[in-house]
Amino acid sequence: MVTVKEILETMDYGPGTETPAEVRAWLATHGRFGHFIAGAFTASSAVRTVQNPATGAVLAEVARGSAEDIAAALAAARAAQAGWAALPDQARAEALHALARQLQKRASFLAGLATLDTGTPIRESRDPDLAQAVRALQHAAGRAALRGMDHPGRAPHAVTGVVLAPALPLTGLATAIAPVLAAGGTVVVVPAPEAPLTALALAEIFTEAGLPAGVVNTVTGDADTALALAGADLDRLIFAGTTEAGRAARRASAPHGPALSLRLDGSSPVLVFPDADLDAAVEGVVAGWLAGGQLPSAGARLLVAEAVAEPFTARLTARLAKLQVGDPLARGSDIGALVSEAEATRLAALIAATEAEGAQALRPASAPPETGAFVAPTLLLGTAPATPLNATPLRGPVATLMSFRTPAEAVELANASRFGAAASVWSENITLATDIAARLHTATVWINSTAIFDAAAPAGARRDSGFGATGFEAALAPLPPRALPEAATGGLDAAPAPGPGTIPGAVEAAQKAAGWAKMSGHGRARVLQSIAETLSRRRTELAARLHDAGHDPAEVAATVELAVRAAALADAGAGHLAATGAQMQTLLRAEPLGVIGIASQTAQPLLGLAALVLPAIAAGNRVVAIPAEAFPAAATELAQVFASAGLPAGVATFVSGPRDALASVLAGHDEVAALWYCGTPETAARLRADTAASLKPVWCPVPQDWAAAPIRATLAQAQQHKTIWLPYGA
Amino acid sequence: MTQTHPRNPGAPLDPSWFEHVAVNTPAAEARVADLTARRGLTREWQAAWLVNAIRCIDLTTLAGDDTEARVARLCAKARRPLADHILEGLGLEALTTGAVCVYPTMVGAAVRALAGSGIPVASVATGFPAGLMPLPLRLAEIRYAVEEGAAEIDIVITRAHVLRADWSALYDEIAAMREASGAAHMKAILATGELGSLANVYRAAMVAMQAGADFIKTSTGKEAVNATLPVSLTMVRALRDYGARTGARIGFKPAGGLRTAKDALAWQILMREEMGRDWLTPALFRIGASSLLGDIERQLEQHVTGRFASSSRHALA
Repeated sequence: MVTVKEILETMDYGPGTETPAEVRAWLATHGRFGHFIAGAFTASSAVRTVQNPATGAVLAEVARGSAEDIAAALAAARAAQAGWAALPDQARAEALHALARQLQKRASFLAGLATLDTGTPIRESRDPDLAQAVRALQHAAGRAALRGMDHPGRAPHAVTGVVLAPALPLTGLATAIAPVLAAGGTVVVVPAPEAPLTALALAEIFTEAGLPAGVVNTVTGDADTALALAGADLDRLIFAGTTEAGRAARRASAPHGPALSLRLDGSSPVLVFPDADLDAAVEGVVAGWLAGGQLPSAGARLLVAEAVAEPFTARLTARLAKLQVGDPLARGSDIGALVSEAEATRLAALIAATEAEGAQALRPASAPPETGAFVAPTLLLGTAPATPLNATPLRGPVATLMSFRTPAEAVELANASRFGAAASVWSENITLATDIAARLHTATVWINSTAIFDAAAPAGARRDSGFGATGFEAALAPLPPRALPEAATGGLDAAPAPGPGTIPGAVEAAQKAAGWAKMSGHGRARVLQSIAETLSRRRTELAARLHDAGHDPAEVAATVELAVRAAALADAGAGHLAATGAQMQTLLRAEPLGVIGIASQTAQPLLGLAALVLPAIAAGNRVVAIPAEAFPAAATELAQVFASAGLPAGVATFVSGPRDALASVLAGHDEVAALWYCGTPETAARLRADTAASLKPVWCPVPQDWAAAPIRATLAQAQQHKTIWLPYGA
Repeated sequence: MTQTHPRNPGAPLDPSWFEHVAVNTPAAEARVADLTARRGLTREWQAAWLVNAIRCIDLTTLAGDDTEARVARLCAKARRPLADHILEGLGLEALTTGAVCVYPTMVGAAVRALAGSGIPVASVATGFPAGLMPLPLRLAEIRYAVEEGAAEIDIVITRAHVLRADWSALYDEIAAMREASGAAHMKAILATGELGSLANVYRAAMVAMQAGADFIKTSTGKEAVNATLPVSLTMVRALRDYGARTGARIGFKPAGGLRTAKDALAWQILMREEMGRDWLTPALFRIGASSLLGDIERQLEQHVTGRFASSSRHALA
C-alpha cells in the first residue's frame, strides 16, 4: 500500500474509480432485454449485444426491433394518449416532477449506467447529462402547469417518435420527451444502437414513478429500427443521428409527413479574436469536447486571429498536454472513450489521412489506453479550409486550427460550412462579439463560453445539421384549419407555362435581395403597410377581376387585413430572453430562414398566395412563389402592388407555371432554405422526399380558408431562433 | 526559506506585458468550479495533500491584541502542527508549517520562539494592512523587521496606484521595497479585494513581479473579500506568463479566506493543474491562514482514528 510519505513525494491524485455495483446488479438481473412497450418488457427474440466501449466487454443483450415491434409500440402509445392528454394540467405537471425526483434518487445508478453504455467520463454523466435531464423534466413540468393558460384550446401532437443519438443519452432523451409529455403527447423512443441501456432504464424508472403504461415506449435495435419508426404513422418525429441517417429518415417519413425535427452532425467553429481572454478560450476548446466531442456543437474548427495565433497555439498545446484520457469511471479522466470501436476507428483514420497530407498533430503527454474505443484529443495544425477533414463531421475530440486576418474573414471562414449547429465567439469587445453572433449561420452561438445547455433555451440546428424546433410549443399540434377543397377551375390570363429554368433566376434575384433581412423590423413594417394601402386603393378593381374569374371578391378585403397584420408583426418583436442560468443573458433571436420557396393553393388564389408570402417577408425572408395555376393573375397583381409599394426587387418573385413541377425544382435547390407547399397530399409527400438531399424544412399546410388561419402560426414557420449565450460578470 | 531556485531578478517596467491582457470573469469562475469538480482526492491521498498544506502554511497572527506570549504559543504550534499520535498514525516523523507570520514588533519574539527549528519568520510591513503611510516610513518598517530577524517580508501595495493605472508609481514603490528587504524574500500583497477587477489583479501582479517580488500574495486578510479561487487563478496565470517571459519562478500565496481542509485541497489542485508539482512546495506556494490548521488537524485525526475528531483534543495555536 502506498504511504502518505510516498504520496508527499509525488503529490499524485491517486486512483478514484467508481464501482457501479448497482448497475452491474441491474444488468445481471435483466441480462437479455426485450423492448419496453405498454409498461412492461417484452420477451426478447432477435438480439444484439451491447458493449462497454471503454473495455469492449459485453454489458447486455438487447432486442433488435422490427417493424412489428414498432407497430406494437405505436399502438401502445396511441392507446395511452387520450387518457394522458385528458389528465388535468396539474396532474401532468406533478407526474413530470415525480419523474425528475425519481431520476435524482437514482442519480448514481443512471450516471454509472450512462458511463458504461457510452464511455463518457462519470463526471459528465452526472453533470451535465443527468443534471440537464432532471432540469428538462422540471422545466417541462412548469410548462405543463401553465398549458391551459398559455395555449387554451391547443391539442398536442398525439404520438411522437424519438430517435436518439448516443452522446449524453439521459439529456437527449429527457430533452426530447419532457415537452411532449407536458403537452399531453405520448412517445415511442428508439435509442442509439450503441447505447440503448439508459433509455431502457429510464422507461423502467418512469413506470416506477407512476407514469401510466404506454406513455413512454422504448424499442431497441439498429438503423433499420430507427427507419421503421421514421416511416411509421407518427404525428411528429424528433430524429437525432448522423446527417446521412437524417436524410434517410427524411425520405422514410415523407409519406406520412409528421412534423419533423432533425438534429444531425456538426463541425462547429470556435472564433478567437485578438482581444479575447486567451486562457478562457483555451479552456473553452477543452470544455467543448464534452462527451468526448461527440456532440454536433463540439468545437472542431478553431479560427484564431493571426495577431494571437502564436500565443493561443502555445497555450492550447500546453493545456492539451495535460489532458487525461482513460477509464471513464475514473474521476480524473478528462476524456473517456468514444461510443463505439467503429467510431474510434473512423476518427483515427480521418486524423491519419490528414497527417499524411502534411498536418501536424498535437496530443496529450499521456497516451490513451491501448484497448477500448479511445482516441486521444488531437489538435491538427497546418490544415486549410480545403482539407477534407474541415468539411467532415468528426464526432470526437479533434480540432483543426486556422488563422484569420479580419472579423469579416473570420465570419466568412466560419460560415463556409455545410453544417450549422453551434459556434463559439471569444472576444472581450461586446460590440464585435454581438455582431459576429448575428452573422454566424448557426443555431447556437456561445459568446465567451461553450457547451452550455438549458431546457429553457432551444438548441436548434441549421443547414446539414438539421432543422425544426423541439421545445414545448413544438409539442403542440397546429389548430385544425378550415379546410377547402383543391378547386381545379381554369382562370383567365392563363400564363404560358415557363420551364423550370426560370426558378434558378428567381432564386438568384432573391439572394441578391439579402438587404431585406438586414432592415429593421420597423423598416419592413413600413413597406408592408404601404402594400396594404396600395392593395386597399385597388380593391374595387381586384375584386372585379376575382369575381370575373369565378372567385370570391371578399378575398381582397381579407388580403388587405392580412397585409396590415403582417406589417404589425414585422414591428412587433425580434425574439426574447430565456430564463436560464444566473449571470447569463440568453437571447433567442428571431431570424429569417433565407429564401423560402412557396407554392400556393388553388382555392382563394389571391388570399392563399398572400397569406404565405406576406408573413414570410414580414419575418425578413425573401420568397420565390408559385401561384396556383387557376388564377395566375393573382401573382401579376400582387407583383404590381409590391413594386408600387416600394418592396425591393427580388424580395418576392413570382414564377407562374405548373405548380407541382416547379415546386420540385424548389425542393431540389440548395439555396432555397425552406419549402412551403399548399396543395395535394401526394405532391406534399413527394416534395418531402425530394428535400432529403438539400435537407430543408418543408411545411405543407392543407388548402384552407386563410381568412380563418392564425397569422402568427405562419410567422412562426417563417422564423428560426438563434440562441445566443452571453455570460456576464465584472 | 527552503528556496532552491534563484530569486526573481525583476525586469524593467513594461506595460505591454499586461496592458492588453483580458480576463473574463465568468470564464475564470467556470474554470475554477470545473477544476475542483474534476480532480478528487480520497483516503491516503487526501491525507497526504492535507499534510502538504500544513508544510505550506504561513501560520499567522495579525491581531491588535497580539502579545509576545501569544506569538510564542503560535510558534509552538508551528513547530508541532499535529499531535504526536496523528503524526505517527500518518507514518511521518517531522512536520512544521512553512513559516510564522507576524507584525514587525512581534518578529523578535517569534525569532526567539522558533530558534533552532529552521522555521522562517515572516513579517508584514509597509503600513499593513492599508499601506497608506509615507513611503520612507514604510521602507523604514521593512528595514526594522529585517533587523529583527524576519527572513520574509510581506509588503502591501498602494491600491490607488492600481486603480489610477499609475504603473510607474506602483513599480517604483515595490522596487524600493524589494531593495529595502535586502536578503529577505519579498511577498507582494495585492489586496485583490480592493482592486475592482480581475484584469487589475493581473496587471498589479505583473508590475509586482517586474519590480522584483519573489511571491505574489492575494490579500492581507483584512479586506472585505480575501483570497478567492478566480483571483488566485488570475494571479497564477500572471506568474506563469511572467515565468514564460523571464524564466523566473515566482511563488504564490493565497491568504485570508482559506479556512477549511476542503479549501486547502482546492487551492492545491489549482496549483497542480495550472503550474505543476513544483508549485506544491513551500518554496513556491504558501497559504496565509490562522484557523485553517485546526480544521486540517481534525480531518487528519479522523483519517488516523476513524472517529470524528474534536478540537478540544488538539493543542491551541
